[in-house]
Amino acid sequence: MSRRWIVAAWAGLVVCAALVAVHARYLTDLSAFLPAHPTPMQRLLVDQLRTGPGSRLLLIALEGADPAARARISAAMARRLREDREFESVGNGEQLTAERDREFLFDHRYLLSEAVTPEHFSTAGLAAAIKDTISDLASPEGLALEPLVTHDPTGEMLRIVDRLSATRAPATRDGVWTSSDGARTLLVAETSAAGSDTDAQQHALEAIREAFAAAVRAAKDPETRAIRLLLSGPGKFAVESRARIEHAVVRLSIASSAIVVVILLAVYRSFRALILGLLPVATGAVAGIAAVALGFGAVHGITLGFGITLIGEAVDYSIYFFIQSRHEAPPSGALDPLPWERRLWPTLRLGMLTSVCGFATLLPSGFPGLAQLGAYSISGLAAAAAVTRFVLPQLLPGNFAIHDLAPAGARAASLIGTVRRAGPAVLWTAALVLACGSLLVLALARAGLWSRELSSLSPIPPSAQRLDAELRKDLGAPDSLDMVVVSGSTLEAVLRGAESAARALEPLIGEKVIGGFDSPANYLPSLAVQGARRASLPDPAALRRSLEDATRGLALDADRLGPFLSDVEAARHAPLITEHDLAGTSLGSGLRALTLSTSGRWDALLPLYAAGKSPSDLARVRAALAAQPGDARLLDLKQESDALYGAYLRDAMRLSLAGLSAIVVLLVLALRSAGRALRVLAPLVLAVLVVAAALALCQVHLTILHLVGMLLIVAIGSNYALFFDRRSGGESGSTLASLGVANLCTAMAFGLLSFSGVPVLEALGTTVAPGALLALIFSSLLTPAQARTIGSPAMDAHA
Amino acid sequence: MKPLLAALSLLLVAAAAAAGSDSGELDAVMRLLAAHRHGRVDFVEQHFMPVLRHPVESYGVMTYQAPDRLEKRTVEPVPETLVADGNVLSIERKGRTRVIELSAHPSILPFIESLRATLAGDLGALEQVFKVDFSGTVARWTLDLAPRDARVARIATHVRIEGAGDDLLRVEILAADGSRSLTTLRKSP
Repeated sequence: MSRRWIVAAWAGLVVCAALVAVHARYLTDLSAFLPAHPTPMQRLLVDQLRTGPGSRLLLIALEGADPAARARISAAMARRLREDREFESVGNGEQLTAERDREFLFDHRYLLSEAVTPEHFSTAGLAAAIKDTISDLASPEGLALEPLVTHDPTGEMLRIVDRLSATRAPATRDGVWTSSDGARTLLVAETSAAGSDTDAQQHALEAIREAFAAAVRAAKDPETRAIRLLLSGPGKFAVESRARIEHAVVRLSIASSAIVVVILLAVYRSFRALILGLLPVATGAVAGIAAVALGFGAVHGITLGFGITLIGEAVDYSIYFFIQSRHEAPPSGALDPLPWERRLWPTLRLGMLTSVCGFATLLPSGFPGLAQLGAYSISGLAAAAAVTRFVLPQLLPGNFAIHDLAPAGARAASLIGTVRRAGPAVLWTAALVLACGSLLVLALARAGLWSRELSSLSPIPPSAQRLDAELRKDLGAPDSLDMVVVSGSTLEAVLRGAESAARALEPLIGEKVIGGFDSPANYLPSLAVQGARRASLPDPAALRRSLEDATRGLALDADRLGPFLSDVEAARHAPLITEHDLAGTSLGSGLRALTLSTSGRWDALLPLYAAGKSPSDLARVRAALAAQPGDARLLDLKQESDALYGAYLRDAMRLSLAGLSAIVVLLVLALRSAGRALRVLAPLVLAVLVVAAALALCQVHLTILHLVGMLLIVAIGSNYALFFDRRSGGESGSTLASLGVANLCTAMAFGLLSFSGVPVLEALGTTVAPGALLALIFSSLLTPAQARTIGSPAMDAHA
Repeated sequence: MKPLLAALSLLLVAAAAAAGSDSGELDAVMRLLAAHRHGRVDFVEQHFMPVLRHPVESYGVMTYQAPDRLEKRTVEPVPETLVADGNVLSIERKGRTRVIELSAHPSILPFIESLRATLAGDLGALEQVFKVDFSGTVARWTLDLAPRDARVARIATHVRIEGAGDDLLRVEILAADGSRSLTTLRKSP
């Protein structure tokens, strides 16, 4: 192929890839670290995290100043936010919906009260219920019921209110919700848009901040200026993570580009070389994005963040090429070296292939984020290597020259030589001691070595997670994460299932196995149950007869109970309640919070409250559910999410081992010697051990990302080890110089990730940056010196 | 005109003197009550309600601990414990405890505060919630309390407390809906 054709083909491919990249869809939500193929229980977990009703809740807390001032701000904010159509509801403890709720409950009391059975309306049932109501009237709680007694002598209203208020509510102070220690005033806003709609969540957060600022302005009270606004919730996390990821990606791209440009300028001392040197990197980046866009349909923003690391390795290729091909420049000489593609390319290709092996293990990962990182890196590295091999030589001008680095390399070589003079036996013993020391540290720290929690992968900083947990506790959310789940194809089906599960759970409360539970059927009974209740209401004549018998001798006279008779008669002909009737009541919020519907599938959630301090005996709950017909399942969220994480960790370990084996096989094949492959790998394994031990000493809990980082140390470090292994006489100085520069670029690019503010990126950065550096040092010291050139500048001078 | 004016001013002086003596008696009662730091009485409460043929009766024990803790333990017909401590009211009934803020529930306030502020001998606190009208003597006195807050008055229109020295004898509360509760107190044996 002629030179012109090669360049034209390359330019055409780059333009195509760039077009794909420009038109790609970019995702900045958190789904990069949510599993792609969950089990049904995990799907529920993920749905809940992503779009579930919980995902639409924004938690608002006010701190500072005195409680009364905070209560005023809370009321003013709630008033303003309730007007805003971005919010489905805003709760702050004020008795606002109470009026409408009371009206709704009262109007539908015979459909909502679980006491309504045919026996309840028999003479004996009525007598017992009325006697109970009369004694209730003397209590302060009965006071509010007195005006209703002629309508509701059987006390259904009190029964419904009792059951609904059995679920925990936050403490109240000055008429609004506060934390139990009184230090925070709390509000909960339910957004109309799903939690995964990050733009809408951002609007909602801005609306809350504006409402706060307006309330403080309007208060005209200097005291209120001391109040601080705290926000939490999935929407807040999504918006913040997006901002953080976007910010990090932009900042990292600029910073690492700048650093690489500076390093390359310092090394090449030539703008032309700089431009040429950046070509493989730029091509790799564009190819990587295009490959991910084509392969996955959409590109996760965080992939671009990871992709920065590509620069580190791709830049290596052009550095090797320029610095080492420089030695071809002498037009004539006794030692006419082989052309670079025969001499260096095989080593570079092998290094590239080991890296690809490392990254390829990420492809089957359950996390879209990691799989994309794998695809991005493989295609990027392949493209960068191909451009270095085929395009750069075509573009190289005849009079191309860069600064000679051999003297610098020679100085480094003499330094290494000084150390190596200690002899391989001493060095290998030192390495062995270091390895054993690291293993000892790891063994001692093994209990807390691996992070066991899914949340450790979350891009949300731990401080924000802590605040969220505190606010949820303040708001009286269930203290345990256990819940019973009923799935079905319609809302009615899951409500029936929830009622059936409730029959199984009810006795467990008495036995103190569980403290209680909530159920969507508390807010909306199934149509079947409502129908049965309606059918058990007697006709007017029968009711009148029973009532006269029942009230004989009681303080309440049957003659005064005309309103009761007409209300029951109206209820016998009233339509059953559907979910639409609950609009605008707190029952509607309750129902929505405990049901999930995704693509024709419904789930009813029944959170369990622990009895006392000890966790619930889940085996007994499971047994009780199994004895009841229906397919109610117990979901232990904590266990489930940790199991999910455990599965990922095992997966990642398996994949890492597979990657390591692939690299070993590749090296053995390429080097045609198991012993040589082992010698190439030993310094890299040592680097991994030392880094892992150092992380353990720093009390870092290792996550999947650290594991991936360790794999990358081997993948990237194998480049160095291979070059030391392949080193031949004349080029030791320049080999060392190019390795040094390449290593600098890699360490810088990964090092920058450590400052990204995104935990998963930081984990990768803190592992790979020191690991790459150590891999170079260990390789330089431990790789057997075949040509014995290092440390003998005299031989270098021959070149 | 002069004799009339003189007569009028005499009347005014007499009225002022009468008022002065009344407020003197009130202060004396309040001082007595304030000196009484702790008390325990049996109570019988009768609720008269227009819808009921005969009153609902309940009885139990009431204890007071200065400055602001009042406990009302009903024994019959339905066991119930009410504890007002500062601004917090807890109601335990049928195995369930509810805790509410008094200031957020103006409808319950008159039933608690009338009794508690009187037992504390805290006229200031009493006058914050009610217009206070005193009659009688230290030996046998009556406090007529009319709620100041319209929200409170919508529930209870009038509270009358009768006492002798530092003992409370009867508390009568008239509700806006025409019902009435009458609590008779007797020192626990």
